[in-house]
Amino acid sequence: MLFTSYEFIGFIFALAILYYVFPKKLQWMLLLLFSYLFYWIANPIYLIYIAVTTVTIWGCGRMIERNFATQSEYLKANKESLTKEEKKAYKNSKKSARGRWLLLGVLVNLGILAVVKYTDFIVGIFTGKGLGFMDLAVPMGISFYTFQAIGYLIDVKRGTVKAEKNLFKFALFVSFFPQLVQGPISRFGDLSQTLYAEHRFDWTNVSYGIERIMWGFFKKLIIADRVAPAVNVLISDVSVYHGAYAFVGMVLYTLELYADFTGGIDVTIGVAQMLGIRVTENFNRPYFSTSLKEYWRRWHITMCQWFREFVFYPVSTSKAIQGLAKFSRKHFGDNIGKKLPVYVSTFVVWFATGIWHGASWNFIVWGLLNWLILMVSEELEPLYDKFHGKFRFSNTIGYRIFMGLRTLLLICVLNMFDCYVSVSETFHAFLTMFTSANYSIFTTGELLNLGVSALDYIILLCGVLVMLIVSMVQVKGSVRDQIAAKPYPVRFVIWFALFLVILLVGAYGIGYDSSQFIYNRF
Amino acid sequence: MTKKRTVFLRVIVSVLLVCFALYFLQKLLMPKYVTGIVEGAFVAEYYEEENKDFDVIFVGDCEVYENFSPVVLWEKYGINSYIRGSAEQYIWQSYYLLEDSLRYHVPQAVVFNIQSLQFNESQNEAYNRMSIEGMEWSKSKIGAINASMTEEEHFLDYVFPILRYHSRWNELTEDDFKYMFHSPKVSYNGYFMRVDTRPVETVPEGNALADYSFGDKAWEYLDKMRELCEENGIQLILVKAPSVYPTWYEQYEQQVEDYASKYDLPYYNFLELTEEAGIDYSTDTYDAGLHMNINGAEKLAEYFGRILSEEYGIIDRRGNQELDDIWAENIKEYENEIDRQCEYYQVDKNTLYRYRESDK
Amino acid sequence: MDELLEILNDLHPDVDFTTETGLIDNMILDSFDIVTLISEISENFDVTISAEYIIPENFNSAQALYALIEKLEDEE
Repeated sequence: MLFTSYEFIGFIFALAILYYVFPKKLQWMLLLLFSYLFYWIANPIYLIYIAVTTVTIWGCGRMIERNFATQSEYLKANKESLTKEEKKAYKNSKKSARGRWLLLGVLVNLGILAVVKYTDFIVGIFTGKGLGFMDLAVPMGISFYTFQAIGYLIDVKRGTVKAEKNLFKFALFVSFFPQLVQGPISRFGDLSQTLYAEHRFDWTNVSYGIERIMWGFFKKLIIADRVAPAVNVLISDVSVYHGAYAFVGMVLYTLELYADFTGGIDVTIGVAQMLGIRVTENFNRPYFSTSLKEYWRRWHITMCQWFREFVFYPVSTSKAIQGLAKFSRKHFGDNIGKKLPVYVSTFVVWFATGIWHGASWNFIVWGLLNWLILMVSEELEPLYDKFHGKFRFSNTIGYRIFMGLRTLLLICVLNMFDCYVSVSETFHAFLTMFTSANYSIFTTGELLNLGVSALDYIILLCGVLVMLIVSMVQVKGSVRDQIAAKPYPVRFVIWFALFLVILLVGAYGIGYDSSQFIYNRF
Repeated sequence: MTKKRTVFLRVIVSVLLVCFALYFLQKLLMPKYVTGIVEGAFVAEYYEEENKDFDVIFVGDCEVYENFSPVVLWEKYGINSYIRGSAEQYIWQSYYLLEDSLRYHVPQAVVFNIQSLQFNESQNEAYNRMSIEGMEWSKSKIGAINASMTEEEHFLDYVFPILRYHSRWNELTEDDFKYMFHSPKVSYNGYFMRVDTRPVETVPEGNALADYSFGDKAWEYLDKMRELCEENGIQLILVKAPSVYPTWYEQYEQQVEDYASKYDLPYYNFLELTEEAGIDYSTDTYDAGLHMNINGAEKLAEYFGRILSEEYGIIDRRGNQELDDIWAENIKEYENEIDRQCEYYQVDKNTLYRYRESDK
Repeated sequence: MDELLEILNDLHPDVDFTTETGLIDNMILDSFDIVTLISEISENFDVTISAEYIIPENFNSAQALYALIEKLEDEE
């Protein structure tokens, strides 16, 4: 069920009514019911996958929790009789038992993910044959809910959160439908606070939620779906669409990706807020970043956090890496020894991030390029600092805008890996931007033959301007708070205008191939 | 208390404003079918008839609404008839339009043109729209929508046509404002008139088909139509209009003949009766044989009207004051349109069959 | 404690680590700094801070970090 379908609107409308009419004790059960219904509509087979993940992670979580309990009971009961060493030995044995439960849960679930998502790819590497060996249907959102569930288990093992006793409540955490399709990847400690709570009908929540949903629809229907036909043409064939076309394709794809993904997350957060549930923000005006490093703190935040906390820190603080650091300190000097853990573990992180996005060389190369750029700019940072210290203009707004655009361009280029069928074709398309002398297409009107009319371009431009203005207003604080502070007639006009624009200008219905949200694939 | 009242008032005013605005927008954005493709307006026009006590109802696609002139049926035989047809109207749409008409009156006879049997699924969303959108809401309309929708369509788009036409805002013309709430009549009891002529020169040979048999869904609705007529004591008459193209295959003909004889239904294939009806393909068609012009439509009405009144006893309603008045008005409009079109297409009115006394 | 302050000052000479209590919250230390810091600490203190201890409360100030090191040393 697409977020922008009539069915989805009807679905959340029905849910919202039942949610506030039902006894509040039953609210979370209703959510679970609707979440499973949502998944069932997509494909009943998928339910098996999500149920297996739910039960295994829940079970491992319970075992770890029980382990904690016996440990503290035992230590309490034998407080006097045990020596310090005995206590330590006991604790360590318990801890490694918890580690085994964690490992079990993680392996089973990463195993499922690996089999459904990566078998074809790996078989392809060894046999040289293309895809289609297993041809398994990848369950909707499996990358997201698997990571969310694993994150929970690690949190339980670390003692950050208490394991959930109720299997069904835990099932809701894994399957909560607004974020099932494309995230955000919530932490149990965050989401559980409002997910299971009883919620009274609250006009602020409901109106804020609806505003947020409409804003998501605006991005998706006015911008993403309108630009999609052109992007699909532009990236279809490099031999035809090279040079300037590739450039336009890259820029428009970056626009589409932003509008599509952040719009989808807006709908997710809006739906949750309508129900009184707080879902973590996933974006923080990412295209305003002035460096790639900053961008990765502001784009797809929950995924980056996940990789940072559950891959980057564990790897970089692991015995192996720390040992390696010590070794190289001895042999190659302090400087390298100090940096080595960062380099090696970021490499691991970016390799994993790449492969998480999809089973293809494109994403692997994309991830490693990100890594390379981040490391190079890390190395060059002292140089930058010197440069910025020397020249005054580096503090001006103009220079910041320059850095922002430079970063955005870099992101555009990296996004190309998402567009083309292979790594070599991506590089080829990139190179043609410098070798093809077809930049005259900007003046000859060729860009109007891509399935996007002049009017569409005007609408896109206006849409981008609106997004830009909203982002700038947002710097001062929540846009919806600012709207809420206005008198009712003004609020009404804003709501109605937004609604009408979506209704009339939105690219939906016959003639528009309402494309899937891009991030569904991952 | 006052706070509650302001909130209440706000909600009421806001909801009313939104509903009004959307209603007006919808009216504005929906296609008007007044100029150009007027076929889209036919289905809705039926409801404007004050007296719906018709004795004969024609259902079908362009092969009925361009090929029979109800005015002539009245003038010659006193037959009070109406054509419920629209462009490429599929058989399930014909069925539901008939069912819809029965809500108002039960005719003596229903004439169905079997051309659409060859389609087992709706082929085109635009035609669905033209056939269904004009219907007033009823069980029949819901049935028609459900039977017709192509994969890309959605029921809600019929309930709120603004969802379908939302992007028409950049193609609005003066007509859209002018005819927002009311459009002028474009048909004559469902008949679509053309006075110009383009003779048949060559008849293209039909391509061989892999399978000539009509589909299950098509048969299902023919059965339903037959049963509906039986239940209501209506004489169902099957016809094939004398359009020479698209090709009416021998294999098609055989299936219809078999069906007709199985259920004892009359079937007239006017392709084989052109001589009797006096159809002249050099003067009686405006598009080289796909459809009749006014000459052909009047000749067919004359010929078929005799059959209707003599063989099926359709009563002569002339003399009924109310109907006489209505038809006098209809005929006036009909002739005005002839004059208008003669001027537009630069046709000498006296060459039309209607005014050629010598032929009669 | 002085040893720790030295390491921190090496990392960010422009920050006064004796008073700052929002190293993470104010985004003074990023993830790369934290990892570098941990490997420096493991070099100088002979404790390895594992991932589960990397939470803002432990890294927001030099005091908190020192307390963590002491606690871990005690457990070793």
